[in-house]
Amino acid sequence: MAEIKLRGVTKRFPDGTEAVKQMDLDIGDGEFMIFVGPSGCGKSTALRMIAGLEDISDGELEIGGEVVNDRAPKDRDIAMVFQSYALYPHMSVRDNIAFPLKIAGASDEEVTSKVEEAARILDLDRLLDRKPANLSGGQRQRVAMGRAIVRDPKAFLMDEPLSNLDAKLRVQMRTEVSRIQQRLGTTMVYVTHDQTEAMTLGDRVAVMRAGVLQQVDSPQKLYDHPNNLFVAGFIGSPAMNFFPARVENGRVTLPFGEAPAPAGVEASGDVIAGLRPEDFEDAEFAPEGHDNALTFDAPIVLTESMGSETYAYFTYQGGAAQSDELNELAADAGLTDLPSSGENQAVARLDPQTKAHEGATTRRWMNAGKLHLFDPHDGHNLAHGDATPATAGGRQESSPQQPVAGTNEP
Amino acid sequence: MSSAAPPQVGAAAQKPKKVGLTERGRAERKLAWMLCAPAVFVMILVTAYPIGYALVLSLREVDLRFPNEGGFAGLDNYITVLSSGLWWEVVFNTLLITVISVIIELILGMIIALVMHRAIFGRGAVRTSVLIPYGIVTVVAAFAWFYAFSPETGFVNNTFLSPDDKAWFGEKGSALTVVIFAEVWKTTPFMALLLLAGLTTIDEGLYEAARVDGASAWQRFVRITLPLMKPAIAVALLFRTLDAFRVFDSIFVMTRGAQDTQSVSILGYDQLISRLNLGLGSAVSVLIFLMVLIIAFIFVKGFGASVPGQEEGR
Repeated sequence: MAEIKLRGVTKRFPDGTEAVKQMDLDIGDGEFMIFVGPSGCGKSTALRMIAGLEDISDGELEIGGEVVNDRAPKDRDIAMVFQSYALYPHMSVRDNIAFPLKIAGASDEEVTSKVEEAARILDLDRLLDRKPANLSGGQRQRVAMGRAIVRDPKAFLMDEPLSNLDAKLRVQMRTEVSRIQQRLGTTMVYVTHDQTEAMTLGDRVAVMRAGVLQQVDSPQKLYDHPNNLFVAGFIGSPAMNFFPARVENGRVTLPFGEAPAPAGVEASGDVIAGLRPEDFEDAEFAPEGHDNALTFDAPIVLTESMGSETYAYFTYQGGAAQSDELNELAADAGLTDLPSSGENQAVARLDPQTKAHEGATTRRWMNAGKLHLFDPHDGHNLAHGDATPATAGGRQESSPQQPVAGTNEP
Repeated sequence: MSSAAPPQVGAAAQKPKKVGLTERGRAERKLAWMLCAPAVFVMILVTAYPIGYALVLSLREVDLRFPNEGGFAGLDNYITVLSSGLWWEVVFNTLLITVISVIIELILGMIIALVMHRAIFGRGAVRTSVLIPYGIVTVVAAFAWFYAFSPETGFVNNTFLSPDDKAWFGEKGSALTVVIFAEVWKTTPFMALLLLAGLTTIDEGLYEAARVDGASAWQRFVRITLPLMKPAIAVALLFRTLDAFRVFDSIFVMTRGAQDTQSVSILGYDQLISRLNLGLGSAVSVLIFLMVLIIAFIFVKGFGASVPGQEEGR
């Protein structure tokens, strides 16, 4: 177990592109840290630099208090689970799991006992003599985990370990990963492009964009207090709604009406306003006791019933909010190819008893107290005051949560 | 296949037993046979017929110098060959050349394949230049090395030794060394190419995983590369062993079999072409054919049985 510290870590490829720029991050001992971001944001490169599979162009990487920039992967005492699992196809499950131990020169008894221990934790007992080709996706994933945990390393690195599984299995394995991390209490760095995984798994989540760390915080803080437009749009499903707005004299003018600006916003002029889908409601189901509520008429374009809630897509007057961050998010989600992209449309999460249906216009309630306002040029959250994206979120944080107590013995 | 057409009723009764072959399936199978037929015919013409004819000749006493004599000889030709000391000496020579040259080719070929696989710049140039020896006609290559090792004119003696120092083709050991050298020089690229094909099928991710798991470069080679290349190595060894076993050109050019450097192919040639003893020569040919079969069988059984399932490697 160990802390991992990144100090100005940069990855520059021979052609000059910078995949990771000046990354500063402290990952605490036993912490479950998630790197999340759209594809090409540098999260996997950052992980591979920690693993030693990519050279570090600039900056310093510490694992367990020692600078390891120039150490080979095998000398860093870390274990990694790959997206492809990278199981050795010619070896049985037992030999796959035993591989790192045998390489390290462990005795036969030690190998046997540790492999069996790992197999028990991962429920692989009955599969030990099979070859990887004869395993299902989920089983292969568990073997890859077994190969990682058997060595009792200082840290686990996971590169999108669940992305090759089908949706149902992914949810199941997510809890499994969480359980194992809590049981072993080992520092874990986990890369994913799936914000749901990021939100449910991590002690803290590092959101990256184009090689730059955008914000490092607990999942709830990321959700409630995004540093900028990108984080706001990336975290949350369905994504936050964005509208063009104007701030003057402490009042925000929205396409739906006027509301007081959130606390801490001193700017004036054009801004981008953001509101999460759950901060809308049908006027008839509107919760009591909100001072900053607005109501307005919303023409419904489409409804999606989820059973426990209903998503209603509605249009509003005026154009859609525009910014580079939003365009990038839309591109990452593949929305730019849709005919409806760029339209002034928003989504509301409504009570399932709503009468909203396609083509209808219903009275909509919104909680303007939950508004986020962003600078339309650099995207920073106006309530936070400063314009630079917070790259050192990790350092400002108090010490990370300790993992739930569990057996640490291998 | 085409036995007399069974009565309709019988065919209908048998149908349930033969699971899977529908009307369409049978039509497809028939079409397959028809499409294969021309190739099968050509194969029979150019391979099965000569082999069969050689077999027939080997059982007869046929000598072109006495075309009117001879007749059925039974196994006499085989007994003559197998009981002659020369045959066994020639077999030993051939095996010696085969084993030594294939081992050296495997090691060199593996090194070259690894270099070609890892070449960062000039990949195409490296691969092309490595292949040049294989593109040269064997007889030409054999002549080139023959002249290179000739005591007076060759560069080997003139550069590394004094001209009269060594008559390379004057005694068996050194003559076979040159033959093996020429074989290795010419066919290592082929070996390297076959091994390279196997090497490229190995997932790079496995090496990354092994690096993180703590394996050194040598451990990665021994525990990941070699086992996963087993099918490719088996194929390369099989091809090269069968090829090397039939070695002819180099020996023919360099010594013509003098200094006891004959191989089995040279012996067969001598009997058939020089001495015109078709019976005896055919017996030698059939024996070579049988030995090739045995070698192939050993490789396929020995290696093939433990070749990991193809789907596992992907």
